[in-house]
Amino acid sequence: MTTPEKPTIQRIATALYRRPRLRLALLLGVPLLWMVGVYGGSIASLLVQSFFKLDSFSGTVDRSLTLDTWRDLFTGANMSVAARTIGMAASVTIASVVIAFPLAYYMARYASRRTKAVLVMAVLVPLWSSYLVRVYSWKLILSADGIVSWFFGRLGLSGLLDAILGLPGIGGPSLSVSFLGQFLVFVYIWLPYMVLPIQAALERVPRSFLEASADLGARPATTFRKVAWPLAIPGVAAGSIFTFSLTLGDYIIPTVIGDSSPFIGLAIYSYQGVAGNLPLAAAFAFVPIAVMGLYLVGAKRLGAFEAL
Amino acid sequence: MRTKGWGLKAAALGAILYLHVPIVFVFLYAFTTEEASFRFPPPGLTTRWFAVAWANADIRAALGLSLRVAFVSMIVALILGTLTAGAVWRTKFFGRETLSLFIILPIALPGIITGIALRSAINLVDLPFSFWTIVIGHATFCVAVAYNNVIARLRRTSPSLIEASMDLGARGWQTFRHVLLPQMSSALVTGGMLAFALSFDEIIVTTFTAGNQQTLPIWIFSSLVRPRNRPVTNVVALVVVVLTFVPIALAQRFSRRAEEAT
Repeated sequence: MTTPEKPTIQRIATALYRRPRLRLALLLGVPLLWMVGVYGGSIASLLVQSFFKLDSFSGTVDRSLTLDTWRDLFTGANMSVAARTIGMAASVTIASVVIAFPLAYYMARYASRRTKAVLVMAVLVPLWSSYLVRVYSWKLILSADGIVSWFFGRLGLSGLLDAILGLPGIGGPSLSVSFLGQFLVFVYIWLPYMVLPIQAALERVPRSFLEASADLGARPATTFRKVAWPLAIPGVAAGSIFTFSLTLGDYIIPTVIGDSSPFIGLAIYSYQGVAGNLPLAAAFAFVPIAVMGLYLVGAKRLGAFEAL
Repeated sequence: MRTKGWGLKAAALGAILYLHVPIVFVFLYAFTTEEASFRFPPPGLTTRWFAVAWANADIRAALGLSLRVAFVSMIVALILGTLTAGAVWRTKFFGRETLSLFIILPIALPGIITGIALRSAINLVDLPFSFWTIVIGHATFCVAVAYNNVIARLRRTSPSLIEASMDLGARGWQTFRHVLLPQMSSALVTGGMLAFALSFDEIIVTTFTAGNQQTLPIWIFSSLVRPRNRPVTNVVALVVVVLTFVPIALAQRFSRRAEEAT
């Protein structure tokens, strides 16, 4: 041996090498305790919590098991909040596909190695960083005296902006307090999660498939519809898991931007915060979990898990 | 064909601009002289808000707390993630798939689920909110990043490297120190940096595990909900963007260099 090592460390290392089960136990002990014990336990405590109820007189949580909280959950108001959120999640997912697909296609098919590396970075950085600040940036952009209004004014199109804001359902006093603005921000925030899986799926489509289609006389639109799109579906499904799930639980965006109509995340947040009704918040948390469960079953059928 | 390529390029460029132009306005507004509104274009430019922000004790405390939380969460996540990756790599055991599911779950489920679940558990065991409850929350979702990076690296490490080391007479500890650890080091840096960035700018889980403590994102969020000090908020937003960009850029460099090396 050229490098002398401490004999105790050597002995321990040898002992561990000879006893794989002991080694496994030592490696796994703490992570198991943390992830399954603390995190899994927390999810379980959520279920327990949902069978408690808030005593409306004292404002404290009554820790005897009851179904009352679950009955409170299935009221018309709560269910319409759930429906609105699911509708938003679905529209955000569709818009993300429409915007992400050309970018992903360009990255997978046309970009040089260098450009591709830059573009991957350009998609990854927003995915990893500054979620809250990125939401906030739209407050600057969409406010009544902000950049969008200024831009429309410069083009002499203020009338058009007012007409858009006047539309019932999606408009409002200004873009930053409208449904339309909120939708733009949701798509902006979750878009990167859609680009990367589609790009990965398209990378796996052999170039010869597209060439064969063209050689056989298909026009670009037909090639896209019959070859590229069907083969990209696993990637689209994988991306949609994120855009759908993340929209479903978000409460920051509806708080900062939009007409303050409630979403699932916002409802959970205010039930546990302002109302102090942790049991109802816990029960409500199972709505996105259940929706995502169903969604994952569908996505798995489309091959999303192989594309992740 | 030429026109089609042009349309595709324009659409791709549009998507990239959509992703990046908004942040530019955060940079611009940190320098505006306008105090009360989001008026565009800014009536004038100034750097004085940086001094005002730095003089604010709340902000300094929040920045310190965020940095400490991110650092400790990063360490905890690296330890847990590396241990799990070491166990999962080349060993099959009962519940292996379940364990990998539990590692991924905190980032796959909406943050609010992790947040409210931890809140409910903290409430049930009557744990007081503290620095450590925030760290528990952050470390839980950061484990996934550390684990993913380390396991990906281990999977690309050929078992023959370890066998060669043993055949040449290296003991278990030496093989770990001189063969396995250098192999993993870039994955540890990448995973650690990403975990740091993820924790530094996290808001949703923090809201549920923080009690009265204010991390920097919580400070920003509370000043968005009750607008006050707009110019100072803009400066803090800028600082958060810069401070999360640095570790991410470092992580990218390290992972690319490691890829080129293998």
